Parts: sequence; C-alpha cells; structure tokens
Amino acid sequence: MSDPARYDTSPKLLMRNAETMADRPAYREKDLGIWQSWSWRETAAEVRAFACGLSTHGIGRGDKVAIIGANRPQLYWSFDALQSIGAIPVPLYADSVAEEMKFVLDHAEVMAAICEDQEQIDKVLSIKDDLPSLRLMVYEDDRGMRKYTENFLFSFASVQDEGRQFDTKNPDFFADELGKSNGSDVAIIAYTSGTTGNPKGVILNFDNLIKSAELFADLEKLTPDDEILAYLPLAWVGDHFMSVAAQRVVGCRVNCPESSDTVMLDLRDIGPTIFIAPPAIFESFLTQIKIRMDDAGAMKRKMYDWAIALAGRVGIDKLEGRSVSFIDRVRYRLGDFLMYAPLKNILGLSRMRFAYTGGAPLGDEVFNFYRSVGLNLKQLYGQTESTAYCCIQRDGDVKSDTVGPPCPGCEVKITDGGEIIYKSPGTFVGYFKNEEATKETLDDDGWVHTGDAGIIDDGGHLKVIDRAKDVGTLTDGTLFAPQYIENKLKFFPFIREAVAHGADKDYVTAFINIDLEAVGNWAERNGISYTSYSDLANHDDIYGLIGGCIEEVNQGLASDSALENSQIRRFLILHKELDADDGELTRTRKLRRRIIADRYGELIDALFSDRENVSVEAEMTFEDGRKGVIKADLKLRDVTVFGGQDGKPALTAAA
Amino acid sequence: MGENGRVSGEVLLKIDNISLSFGAVKAITNVSFDILKGEVRAIIGPNGAGKTSMLNVINGVYHPQEGTITFKNNVRSQMKPHDAAAQGISRTFQNVALFRGMTTLDNIMTGRNLKIKSNFLASLLYYGWTQREENRHRDFVEHIIGFLEIEAIRKVPVGRLPYGLQKRVELGRALAAEPELLLLDEPMAGMNLEEKQDMCRFVLDVNDEFGTTIALIEHDMGVVMDISDRVVVLDHGEKIADGTPDEVRANQDVIDAYLGVSHD
Repeated sequence: MSDPARYDTSPKLLMRNAETMADRPAYREKDLGIWQSWSWRETAAEVRAFACGLSTHGIGRGDKVAIIGANRPQLYWSFDALQSIGAIPVPLYADSVAEEMKFVLDHAEVMAAICEDQEQIDKVLSIKDDLPSLRLMVYEDDRGMRKYTENFLFSFASVQDEGRQFDTKNPDFFADELGKSNGSDVAIIAYTSGTTGNPKGVILNFDNLIKSAELFADLEKLTPDDEILAYLPLAWVGDHFMSVAAQRVVGCRVNCPESSDTVMLDLRDIGPTIFIAPPAIFESFLTQIKIRMDDAGAMKRKMYDWAIALAGRVGIDKLEGRSVSFIDRVRYRLGDFLMYAPLKNILGLSRMRFAYTGGAPLGDEVFNFYRSVGLNLKQLYGQTESTAYCCIQRDGDVKSDTVGPPCPGCEVKITDGGEIIYKSPGTFVGYFKNEEATKETLDDDGWVHTGDAGIIDDGGHLKVIDRAKDVGTLTDGTLFAPQYIENKLKFFPFIREAVAHGADKDYVTAFINIDLEAVGNWAERNGISYTSYSDLANHDDIYGLIGGCIEEVNQGLASDSALENSQIRRFLILHKELDADDGELTRTRKLRRRIIADRYGELIDALFSDRENVSVEAEMTFEDGRKGVIKADLKLRDVTVFGGQDGKPALTAAA
Repeated sequence: MGENGRVSGEVLLKIDNISLSFGAVKAITNVSFDILKGEVRAIIGPNGAGKTSMLNVINGVYHPQEGTITFKNNVRSQMKPHDAAAQGISRTFQNVALFRGMTTLDNIMTGRNLKIKSNFLASLLYYGWTQREENRHRDFVEHIIGFLEIEAIRKVPVGRLPYGLQKRVELGRALAAEPELLLLDEPMAGMNLEEKQDMCRFVLDVNDEFGTTIALIEHDMGVVMDISDRVVVLDHGEKIADGTPDEVRANQDVIDAYLGVSHD
C-alpha cells in the first residue's frame, strides 16, 4: 500500500483511497437544497459500476470519450471510469457552441459522449451526423429527456445498472483492466482553444498529473481535511489538476455547487480551504464590497475606512510574519473582529489557507486588499501544456507584479529572444494528431516554448510581460506591449475588457468594454438613466468617466520614460461585450487579437483618424446559438496625454 | 398549437350560463364554455371583458347570480375558495399576491398547506412525525424549485425580487398544491421577450410533465397562438368566440372587438 509505483494512475489512487479512507467524504454536491455526500468507498462503487457499464456498450482501451457539462460528481467519476478501462476522456467546455464542439469531437475521433443534461445532448445531437465515430451518448440529468427515442442514448443510472450486472458475472474484469494501465498511459486529452487557429489537443499522461499533484501537495502541505469548491470549467486543466489529480493524491474533498447561479452562495456554505479563481472573480468581489459600502450608513463607512486603512498599513506584514508593533497588533485584532473576519465570512473566504489566481495579472490594489485582510492570496503561472502550474509564489514571498519562482521540480528559463521556456514533470506528451505544432512547441531537449515574453527578476520571480507575438513597437520605436496597457486599464472596476492598438502606428488607441454592474451602479448614483448595455456604453457621461480612468493610466505610463509615448490618445467604448461565443475571446477570456482586428477593422481605422463618430454593424451570437446583427453609432474621444520627465509640454486635445 | 397528446376529450370543467353582476354593472353575461382535461385553454379579450372575473368565479372568489359550474362532474353554483383549492384548483394573480416578507422557499411551502396533516399543537411541539412530514413537503417543494430554476433565490425575501422572478415564485406556490386545474392570470405581464419565453417553457413543461390542465388569461397574442390548444374570447362580459387559435384568429367578431369598428 505504501509502494508509490502501484498507484500510478488516478483510478488506482481512487481504489487506494477507498480502502484507506473508506468512509470519509470524497464528493459533495448540493442538490435539492442540501449537501449530499459520497464517501470514497461509495465513489469507488459508483465508478466501478459505470466503468463496467461502459464496457458492455463496447467502450474499450484507447477509445476517446467526450465529457461535457458543469461540475457534477458523476462527470468527475466518468473520468475515472473511463481511465480504469483504458479509455481516454476528452473534456469539453460546457458553454461551447455546437460548431466549436464539432471540431473537437471530430478531431479527437470521439466514440461516445457523456453529457450532463438535455442542453448538452441537444448540442451534440445537432452535429451528430457530421461525427461518424460517435455511437453512444449518456446523460446524467434526466430532466426533459423523457421524449427522446434515439437508441444510442442512455441515462447514467441505466448504464450503471448494466454495469453492476456485468460486474457480478465477471468479478475480475475491473481489477484486471485497472492493472493494465500505468503512469505513462494517456490520462486525458485537454483541448486548448488558443488565441489563434484551431484548438489543439494536449495529451497528458498519468505521470504528468500525479507527479505534479504530489509536488504541489507537498509544497502547500495539503491534508485529507482540505475542501475544494469545484466551480471552474471541468474542461479546464486547472480544475482537473485540483479537483481530480490533487484530490486523488491527497484524499481531500471536492464540493460541487448546485448551479452556476448559486456558486457564490455555495462558496459561503462550504468555506473551502483552497481556492483558485481568475483575477476577474477577486476583482468582482472587491467591486461588490465597494458598491455595498457605498450604500451603507455613515458609521459603517467610517469603520470600514478605518479598518481598511489599518490593514493597508500593517496587514501584509502581519500575514508574512514580519514584526508589527504591539499597539498595531491590538488594533488589527479589533479590526479583524469588526471588519476583516465578517467580510471574509460573507464572501466565503474564512477558512481559506491559500487562494490562487493566475491567467492574467491582478491589480496591485486588489491584490494587496486581500492580503491585508489576512487572505493568503498568491499568483501562479502555467498552461495546459504544463499540466497546470510551473511557477507558484511561496508563502511569505509574494509580490503583486510577479508570478513567483518555479515550482519544485520545474525549471524555467528565458531565451535570448525573451521567450519563457520551461521543463517540468507536468510537461505534456504532445499535441494529438498535430506533429507540426508539437515540434514547434516542445523542443528536443524537452523544453516547452510558451510563446510568452517575460523576465526573471532579482528575487528569482518570473514576470510575464505579454504574448511574445503581440509585443510590438510604435513607429517611433517605443515598446508597445498591449497586454501591459490593457491590464492597467482593467484594474478599474468600470472597465471589464480593453483592447489596445498601436503596433506600427504613431500612437496608441483603445477599445473599451464597460463593466455593466459597476458602471450601472455609478450611473444610478449620478442620476443617469439608461435602457440597455449599448445605451449606457454610448452615454457622454460614461465616456467622461472612462476618459478619466484612461488619463490615470496615462499618468502612470508617463512616469516611465520607456513607455511615455505609449500613452493612449483616443478611445471608444464598444456597444457590445466581447464574447467567447462570437469568437472574440477564448473560453478562458483571453483576447483573440486577429479576429478582433478583422471584425472591427473599421473602428480601428477610425481611431487612427480624426473622426468623432463611426457606425458599426456586427454579427453577434445570442445565448442559444442564434445569430443576429447589431448596429450602433459609436463615439470616439481623445484623452489627455501627459508630458514626461523631461518637461515636454503635455499634449491636450478636446475631450 | 398543434396536436396535444395529453387531451383525452374528457371535460374537466364546464361553465354553464354564468352571469355575474356587481350592482348594476354586468361583469359577465350568460357565458358558457368548457375546459378539457389536459389542455391549455386561453381566455382572451380586451381590457374589462370580464376575464379575471371569470377566473374568480371558477375559483370561488366571486359568486355568480346565475348559472352553474361543473368541476370533475360535481355541479355547484357557488363554492368557497378553500373548497375550490381542496378540490384541486390553484391559481396565480395578476398583481402577484405573495407574502412579501417571507422567503421564496417559505412562500412555496405555504402552497402545501392543504396537504399538511399536522395540527397546530403538533406543529408547535414539532415531534418526530411532524418533522418527517415537513421533510417530505420540503422535498416536494425543492423539486419545484429545481424545476423552476430558482435555487439561487431560495432564501431571499420575495419582496426583494424583480417582478419576473416573483411571478415565477407564485407559479411555484400554485404548483405546490399539486392542482388538477391551474388558473394563470396574465402570467407573462410585464416581462421582456426572454422572460416570456422562459415562462412559456415552464407552462408547457407543467402541462407536459405533470399533465396539469391550464386555463390562462393572456394578452400577448403570440403566446396565445403558440401555446394554447383552444381559446375562448370574451368582450364586454359576453362570449364572442370559442375554438382553436386559428379559428379564433380568423373570426370577424374577434377582430372587430380588438381593433374596433366604426359606427357610421
């Protein structure tokens, strides 16, 4: 039982846990208002039944099976069930539209699809004719499924029933199959949508997942009592790493929320001890806090201001174990009682030992806010190709503008061209059916070329600058790193998304997407009425508000002589949000610059001219997949640009 | 529109020669129609035609001066509202009559009132049997909450909810009573397109999954034409048309009532 070589696949780890931790809870799901739970022993039995059932339907070693849906225990169990009989799970994003799914399902030559509910089943059915290898579909939630008559459609429960019968007749089958896999076998193929071109299937084997998980668990001292809230897309490798690999290795609990609407409420119910979220979530918590404090009474506001100022002064030192004066410590205790603890409690952050964020930089202000009230927020960096993380910030050594030193077991270098490359136990095997891309990314010595530009600072921390391809220069040679500027803009709660343009141009301009909640709230407070997102986005006062934010960013840029000329001169506010459904963003909300440049070419041209207005017509995709055309008349505005350190007069233009 | 497989042809409710007046005001004059088991019946007409009054008569809130109502083969000329509820009739209201200070969950639980067998004393003491009973009811109500996709607002006091969600909660409360006949008074009023589509889907699902017969007052002609099996048209308290949506749409009297007729 203590021989690590024996537990070299996830299903084997599951079976181990079923023996060593039989009655401890493994999974919980909130259903019908209460948290239902499954112990390790029960989970193993469910997995075994499903695995045998799939086998009776002809799924076997090497077959690829899609898993599509939100975070449900049954879908997590499907990963193990498939892996235990040697099949390969291919998870897909639940909010993909049918067209996106078609590419992946076809490319991966998927034989079966395990879907959460009617919505996913319908999407797959609509493209089934184009998928010759697909011959079995399973659904977990039977709501709405009564009328379907297809003979290849089965419920999860019925497949399990068939499995149990099969298991009784062939009791050795499961253990035999389990024994046939080992660490170097393929665990999953995770398709990464990428900012350019078609998605690529990243092949990860069990060693990738398990060894990375072991290193991570060691570093952060995870225990079987840890609680994870599984709410990020199950197709995302970060979720798979935490909610499957790390959970199996450590034996801790995974909690699945009731629905996507209730995630924040469920977060509070569970109080997870480890939490990962993209920066947008942390930003939105803070925005909500600010909005609600604005609405609170004067005394509460005073208390909040005092407490937060105190935290700003001493909180981070306290968190990192540095010495703080006695009187300040007393004050901090008071602040904790009055403010920090209740605040964290409302958000569900009370029991968090670590909170991680990554994928995009988090603003200084936001980052420091959380750390100052005692939440151990850290940044990390990685890709699907690295099985999650290759750099993580260590406790006590956390900076807001870096992503930390390499993980134990990982090596990170910067090439002469400024590109970040790494090597780690989590390095992927290759891209499925795409030799060319594999050769471009994974070199002969095992280093992965990330395509990101970065530097390693004096403290050994990696700093990510931008996608290497996107870094360019203005006509006067000034460095133009669009993501750097965009991130500075996005630190404002009013700005949800920004796209900076400037490569090979004379100056920098920007597209802005406003954040409806924050700006709507500001509008209400200032007596501005509006009917819709587009209406609000077009309002003169909102342009003034955003112009003010941009000016602040410009001031920041002006103080750095290298970036002085990359201040933003003109901007416009888009009438609709950039959306993954329209192909403008990836499913993990990264910008697809080429598509945006193509679609909005006219707007970019207008920004680099003197025009004050431009009309635009764009196709957009509604939530249910239908397409429509939306027209708008957009205003363009100039922004104040600031003189730099050498005292050049500031260029101002009429707003 | 289209074939409704659940309609067996059996009459669930029959209205015969109902007349209702309030003093000198004649709200309903000699109206007769029937509702078949399992169908979706729309009651339409211009404002003031007597539609809500008709629903109130069926429900027992108003007592007609003349005429009879036959529900499940029981003939009656008037009934108290709680008798109507006990017999299997549930309704929603035009202006949303929820208990504003109570949460969504509690509001829907009140819909289970007639099914709760524990008496006052037992509920006060809350001993074993009562607790188990509450759990059973809670389980049923949670299924309704899941069905209507309102888990996220389970514990929110309904007074704080937007109008569209309040209507959904009210539908939930009506469903909690497990009605045979569900009376919906303008369920789509005040909703935008997306909300209407959601509400239509729920109405159809209720009819489909639970086999509930539905009588629906509605102004949105698109909704009426799309989801109802048969339509009865009232104008100034009288019935001016009765038939399938297509038949009613083509009826000249209906067109005149809605669009007006010039009197030369």
